[in-house]
Amino acid sequence: MNAQPLAFIGARLVDPESGYDGPGCLLTADGCIARISRGDALPGLPDGARVIDAGGAVLSPGLVDLRVKTGEPGSEPKETLKSASRAAAAGGVTSIVVMPDTDPPVDEPSVADFILRRARDIELVHVYPAGAATRGCEGKALAEIGLMREAGCVFVTDADRPIVDSRVMRRLLAYAGGLGVLVAHRPADPWLTAGAAASEGEFAGRMGLPSEPPAAETIMLERDLALLELTAPAGARLMVDQVSAESALDTLRRSKDRGLPVIASASINHLTFNELDIGDYRTFWKLTPPLRAEADRVALVGAVTSGLVDIVVSAHAPAPAEDKRLPFEEATPGSVGLETLFPALLTLWHEGQAPLLRLLETVTLAPARAIGSPAGRLAIGAPADLILCDIDAPRVIDASLLLSKSKNSAFDGRRLQGRVLMTVVDGRVVWESAPVPAQ
Amino acid sequence: MVSVAPGLDEIRERAKPFPRRHFLSVTDLDPVRVGELLELAESFVALNRQASKKIDLLKGRTQINLFFEASTRTQSSFELAGKRLGADVINMSPRASSISKGETLVDTAVTLNAMQPDILIIRHAASGAASLLSQKVDCSVVNAGDGQHEHPSQALLDALSMRRAFGRIDGLTVAICGDVLHSRVARSNVALLLMMGARVRLVGPPTLMPAAAARWGVEVVHDMKAGIRGADVVMMLRLQFERMQGALVPSTREYFRLWGLDREKLALAAPGVRVMHPGPMNRGVEIDSEVADDLQVSLVQDQVEMGVAVRMAVLAALAARLDNR
Repeated sequence: MNAQPLAFIGARLVDPESGYDGPGCLLTADGCIARISRGDALPGLPDGARVIDAGGAVLSPGLVDLRVKTGEPGSEPKETLKSASRAAAAGGVTSIVVMPDTDPPVDEPSVADFILRRARDIELVHVYPAGAATRGCEGKALAEIGLMREAGCVFVTDADRPIVDSRVMRRLLAYAGGLGVLVAHRPADPWLTAGAAASEGEFAGRMGLPSEPPAAETIMLERDLALLELTAPAGARLMVDQVSAESALDTLRRSKDRGLPVIASASINHLTFNELDIGDYRTFWKLTPPLRAEADRVALVGAVTSGLVDIVVSAHAPAPAEDKRLPFEEATPGSVGLETLFPALLTLWHEGQAPLLRLLETVTLAPARAIGSPAGRLAIGAPADLILCDIDAPRVIDASLLLSKSKNSAFDGRRLQGRVLMTVVDGRVVWESAPVPAQ
Repeated sequence: MVSVAPGLDEIRERAKPFPRRHFLSVTDLDPVRVGELLELAESFVALNRQASKKIDLLKGRTQINLFFEASTRTQSSFELAGKRLGADVINMSPRASSISKGETLVDTAVTLNAMQPDILIIRHAASGAASLLSQKVDCSVVNAGDGQHEHPSQALLDALSMRRAFGRIDGLTVAICGDVLHSRVARSNVALLLMMGARVRLVGPPTLMPAAAARWGVEVVHDMKAGIRGADVVMMLRLQFERMQGALVPSTREYFRLWGLDREKLALAAPGVRVMHPGPMNRGVEIDSEVADDLQVSLVQDQVEMGVAVRMAVLAALAARLDNR
C-alpha cells in the first residue's frame, strides 16, 4: 500500500463512533488514517501528500453494505463484480458483502476464493463474500461453514431463500455459533408468501395482486428467535435480514430487551417507499420482502432511529430489463441500490425523519462491527476508507446514468439530496466526481 | 329504449370520443361517460336485432384480439362487435404459439404494433398486463380481463343489463356473491356500481374475500342469506378453481350448501330480484340450474346480448377518438 498520502483540509468531520460532527482535518498514510485534527489546520504535512481543500464538505467513513447481489459468477450480463465495484465506489460504498446465491453458489471455499481474487484484481472497493448457510442455498444440509470462514466469508446466509426446516435452522445457528460465525436470515413463511407479489392490504386487493400478510415475516421471526434462544449458549448470533413489518419490530424488540444476540437490518427501499409506490404495476418497486404500508415504513424509520434496527443495507439486486419488463406477478423482484443508498439515507435526514449521525452509523460503524471489520469510523489506525460528500446537493436520479449493468432502480426519477465527491479505499482515491481544488 | 336502429350518421353523431386512448379500467370513465356509452350501446342493441347488423363505422380499421387466456364468450363478443362495425378482426391465442417459445408479452406487443393495428383487445392471466401492453404500443388497448384486476367491459354490460331490467342503477342494492378474491368481474363491477350510485354487498366466505375489501365502500357479508336479503340484483361469480391454490373451500358440496344460489336463498331477496352471472357457470356449485334457467329472474342471456352491444359502443367511442386525432 504505497498510495499517496491524502490531506483533507477544512472538512466537516462526521464520525459515528465518537459522535463528533464538526470542523477538522484528516491525513491518510499507508492506507490508514494517520492523523485527525479537530481544528482547521494540519501542520507538518509529509512530502508528496495530496492536499484536498474540502471547503466544508462532509468527510465521513465510507459505507459498508452487507447486502449486495452481483451476477458473478453465473449471470454476468446482470452485474459483474467489477460493475458492482464501480457502482459502489461512485455511491460512496467502500465495502460490499456479496450474496452467495450465485451460479455456482458460494457454498464451498473455492468459490469464495474466486470472488476474493477477482476483487483483488479489480482493486476498487473491499469485496467480502457471504457464504451459503446450506449447500446450494437449499435449506437442507449445512454448507462448509468452517472452511468458508477460513477462505474469508464474513457471515453465512441463504440470501432470499428462507430456511424452512426448523431443525436445519437450529443446527445452523448452533454450528455456526460454535465457530463464531454470524448467521443472516430473512424471515418469511414459505407458505404464506407462496406466489405473493405484494403485501396484503387494501392496495394489493384493489390491484388484484397475490399478496402475503406481514405476519408471514413475524411468524418466521418468532421461530428464529426461539431457536436463537436455544442455541445462544453455544455462541449463536443472528442477523435478521431486512425487517419490513411493524409487527416484526415488536417481536424483535422483545428479544433484544431480553438480551438475545440478535441484530437486524432494514433496506433503504423499505425506509423510503411504501406499497403505493407500486402505482400502475411498476415492477422496479417489486421487492422481497414486498413494500409494506406507510405505517410499517414509519415504524421502520423509528426503529432505525432508536437503534432497534442496527443496520441499513442497499439490498442491491440487479435485474436486466427482460426480467423486469413483464407483468408484475411475473417480474423478478429487486432494485439496484449501491449508488442511491447514501443520498436516499441523507434525504431521510433532510426530511427530518432521522438524525444524521445515527443514519450514518447504520451504514458504517454498525455493519463494519457486524462483520468484524475495523472500518466504519474516523480513528487513527483505522483503514482509510473515506468519503467526501456534499450532503445538500439536490439531484434527480436517472437510472440510465447508473454505473450498474442493470438499471432497475426504484429511485429512478426520485429527487434526493447528497452527492459523493470522492471515495477513498485504503487510502486510494477510487472515485472522484469532479476535480477537487488542490492547494 | 330505442326500438328502431339509427343509421350510420346518427350513430356517428352519438359516438362521443372515448376520454382516453385506452380502456383499461372502469376508473377511465366517469358517470357521464358511462351514461353516454350505455345510450350508445342501446342503439347497437336495436341494430343487432335487425336482419342487417352491419354498419361501416370502423371500416378500414384493424382490430386484433389477443387472448392469452382461453375465453369463449368475451372473445367472440369482441369479434362480433368489431365485425358488425366493419373492422377487420383477427384473433390470436398466443398461448399456443410464440409464448411457449419464450416470447414475452412485450415482445408480442412490439411485434403486433408493427402490423399497425388500430385496436388491441387483450386478455391475460396477470394483473396489470393490459396496462403494461398499453405502454408499448401506439394503438388503443382494451382490457378484456387482466388477472384478478379488472374486466371493465363486463361491468359496462352488467350495468346495461341492470338498467334495462330496472330502468335505473342508482339506488339498487346489488349483492355480488362468491369468489370475490379471484374475480376481476367483481372489482370492475364494484367500481362502476358505486360510481353509478348503487349499494354493493360482497358476499362470500372470508377465504374468498380480498384483504380490506370493507374499505372499498361496500358492505362485506359472509353469510349468504344475510347478504342476499333485500337485494335487487344477485350477481353470482364463478368459483375459479384454476386460480385457487391451497385450502380455500373444503368442497364444492359444502360451498353449494352455504353459498350456492338456489330458490330457497333467492326467496330472501327483494321482490322482482334479478340474477346475473358473468359465465361460464359452474352449475350445482355456485348456482342451481333451476335458478340459472328461470327466465323470469335470470338476466344471463341478456348479459350475453348486451355484451356485444356494449363492446360495439366501446369500440365506436375509441374509434371516434382515433378519428379526431
